[in-house]
Amino acid sequence: MNYKMISYVLGCVLNIEAAAMVLPFLCAVLYDESAKWVFLLCAALCMVVGVPLVLARPKNKTMFAKEGFVAVALSWITMSIFGALPFVVSGCIPSFVDAIFETASGFTTTGASILNDVEALPKSLLFWRSFTHWIGGMGVLVFLVALLPLSGGDNFHLIKAESPGYSVGKLVPRVSSTAKILYGIYIVFTCLEVLLLKIGGLDWFESLTLSFGTAGTGGFGIVNSGIADYSSYVQVVITVFMTIFGIDFSFYYLILMRRIKSAFKLEEVWVYLGIVVTSVAVIFFNTRHLFEGAFETLKHSAFQVSSIITTTGYSTTDFDLWPQLSKTILVVLMFCGACAGSTGGGIKVSRILILFKSIIKEIKVLAHPKSTIKVKMNGRILEHETVRGVNMFFMAYMFIFTGVLIAISIDNLDFTTNFTAVVATLSNIGPGLSQVGPVCNFSLFSDFSKVILTVAMVIGRLEIFPILVLFSKNTWKR
Amino acid sequence: MNIIVVGLGKVGEKLVERLSREENHNITAIDIKRDVLQDTVNSYDVMGVFGSGASVDVLSEAGIEDTDIFIAATASDELNLFACLLARKLNSGCSTIARVRNPEYSKELHLFKEDLGLAMIINPEHTAANEIARALRFPSAVQIDTFAKGRVEILKFKIQQGSPLANLKVADIKNRLSSDVLVCGVERGDDAFIPGGDFVMEEGDFISIVATIKDAAAFIKKIGIKTNKVKDTIIVGGGATAVYLAKNLIKSGIEVKIIEQNQARCELLCDLLPKATIINGDGTENRLLLEEGIENAESFVSLTNIDEENVMLSLYAKTKTDGKVVTKINRIAYDEVIRNLGLDTIIYPKNTAAEYIVRFVRAKNNSIGSNIETMHYVLDGKAEALEFRIVENSPISNQTIESLSLKDDIIIACINRAGKIITPRGKDVILTGDRVIVVTTHKGFKDISDILR
Repeated sequence: MNYKMISYVLGCVLNIEAAAMVLPFLCAVLYDESAKWVFLLCAALCMVVGVPLVLARPKNKTMFAKEGFVAVALSWITMSIFGALPFVVSGCIPSFVDAIFETASGFTTTGASILNDVEALPKSLLFWRSFTHWIGGMGVLVFLVALLPLSGGDNFHLIKAESPGYSVGKLVPRVSSTAKILYGIYIVFTCLEVLLLKIGGLDWFESLTLSFGTAGTGGFGIVNSGIADYSSYVQVVITVFMTIFGIDFSFYYLILMRRIKSAFKLEEVWVYLGIVVTSVAVIFFNTRHLFEGAFETLKHSAFQVSSIITTTGYSTTDFDLWPQLSKTILVVLMFCGACAGSTGGGIKVSRILILFKSIIKEIKVLAHPKSTIKVKMNGRILEHETVRGVNMFFMAYMFIFTGVLIAISIDNLDFTTNFTAVVATLSNIGPGLSQVGPVCNFSLFSDFSKVILTVAMVIGRLEIFPILVLFSKNTWKR
Repeated sequence: MNIIVVGLGKVGEKLVERLSREENHNITAIDIKRDVLQDTVNSYDVMGVFGSGASVDVLSEAGIEDTDIFIAATASDELNLFACLLARKLNSGCSTIARVRNPEYSKELHLFKEDLGLAMIINPEHTAANEIARALRFPSAVQIDTFAKGRVEILKFKIQQGSPLANLKVADIKNRLSSDVLVCGVERGDDAFIPGGDFVMEEGDFISIVATIKDAAAFIKKIGIKTNKVKDTIIVGGGATAVYLAKNLIKSGIEVKIIEQNQARCELLCDLLPKATIINGDGTENRLLLEEGIENAESFVSLTNIDEENVMLSLYAKTKTDGKVVTKINRIAYDEVIRNLGLDTIIYPKNTAAEYIVRFVRAKNNSIGSNIETMHYVLDGKAEALEFRIVENSPISNQTIESLSLKDDIIIACINRAGKIITPRGKDVILTGDRVIVVTTHKGFKDISDILR
């Protein structure tokens, strides 16, 4: 283990976090809130730890897959702890466990909150809360790689460990250029949404925070009612952008490069859009008695479906009151999640697709035991290793789901609450059903359960294995 | 620059490693072995495309349309040539480099070099043989690079026991040895330094010096290294490299004796190299080597296909003769170990081949953005020696070198003023039109102004 290199990466991450705190600081200055000192102090704290770590730049810069995993996992844990400081220092969330839950929920783009009254928070803290979504959406290490010329191909391990998907590839030969392109697309879409929301009559603060929440597929609102009280225009814009951010970013890159044919060959994108359309259609017919007129029904069902499948977690209506069929579909979508290579969470459409194809293959093999059939994706044969990796991921996801479910049931809440709370955190969605429904929050859980759910959020965001690697004895051997 | 490398064998991988270290290249590697491809993508900052280099689909996916240099380095000559042809068809603007080992092809290649857009043909055995021949002509200098159209050399050698250089300050060389050479780099263990005047050299260091050919020879003599050209050589192993080497050496009047095990091969060698002595026998047999006069041989080259055997043979030869011993190593994994064995010259065919290509890429790249004339890796690849032409109004011209605020780890090693070679000292002034050689451990310099703070 190259411990020095890992601490160097941690140092870089802390410095980026300090720099990120400058934005809420400016926000506090703008609204003349006392929280500005809080952000200065917290940024300074990050620097106090971060700068010495960066200055002790190691000579040996080699990082293998193991170091990549550990560096990413520890970065996310460190980020969540230091990111919680503004909430604690300002006194808005006095309990440290709550503050870390809230921050981890932000960085992992979950959007689950323990706050009963969001509106009581100063604007700068609301801004910080939403901004953590934006940072966590594309990933802080992707950002780091875009900025820092780390040596060789080793930095690819960082992106691999942080980015979602069954096989993380590059768009262009250079890792740092790939990271720059990803952030470029991310920033352009975010700006576009900010502008469209601004045109829709929101002020800059609202447009920015809501766009951060959408871009990162996070879901922190800035008012207690979520998105329900905004105009139809705003709701439609957010629906469209949530769907956009749930699509694999290489799709946009390919279109940008005018390789339209290759872009439209991405099976996952079509399946994703297919699932969205089908779910919207079913929910539309299932809920049309609840709303006035077809447009309202369509708007609400489309909003909720794209909010859940992209694991954003915004809501325009309390879908906990919807008929069972609609609710069940939403819960199933929570497991499914968005496309690999997007900012969304969950198991990912591509993995579901591969699992599905594997099952079909198995059935075919039963009919013709000696036949040679390979699972294909985007017209290419998938290696056995990849398929096995997907299977293992699914298994691990289910085991962790079960483990967390059992652990938090100690609080003695009803089954629906527990079940959806676990999937909402593990898949980085935010709201679940029943007592953690869209109009409720997670404050009813005990500290123990909150810690467990916090870990579940980070596990879900980093796609399980980077965190599990931390617990293996072999990882820490020299 | 956008570069495609097809085939990740020994040369291909080395090439990817070298090129990806330079900042301005986007490299795409193509191979038909998934695990090899995966390893490469995991180790270097490059993109991997799975498939054959002779497939249009694969080349398109690798982005052949925007490629500047296409390098085919698979094991098959025919595939390499075909891939280059295809690359040119898909993008007529790209330069292609093919690895062609079969001498029968390379002889006739000029006939269709133009059609294939072949900028360069690389033959690892041939380049390795050239490198060995160069080393044999200048014994004990471990590595020689030439600059300024051959007027200046960078020589690298080890400070032997009792050498007058041991425990000497770099600044004292001029007075103590009255020699106008410049120490441009020191390797001690795994570290490489660009020494200042106060640097004290130690026994066992590898010193790189810059000097004109005449000064270099005189200097080498002064510090007690024999400089006479070898008169004969024993080569063990009669492969392709041996043939190229023997041809080269015979041309410059060196007697060549080749020991080869395979009878049929011996007969072929006999036909190819009428002036060489061909011995049919096992080169690893001590008695045979003694019988063939290893004790009196002025040089010994081990070129069998087994690295371990080459190392053992060379170590044995070192105990029997004071002559120059050259060892060929195909795989490089134990670089550090081999270096500590005390073998003086080691040739890595894949490195030399990769180096040739990297030089070409550099030159090609320089013709677009920067003004580097030639570029060599020195100090075991840890430093670069760059030759710049000084254009008008250059920030370093018309002032004494002392007054320039240079970055650390940089040395101006040589000034070539219209063919006159000046070893730069603090009081010297660089003028417009000069060519200067800069040695530095920094990477990716593009312009002479990069050497300033």
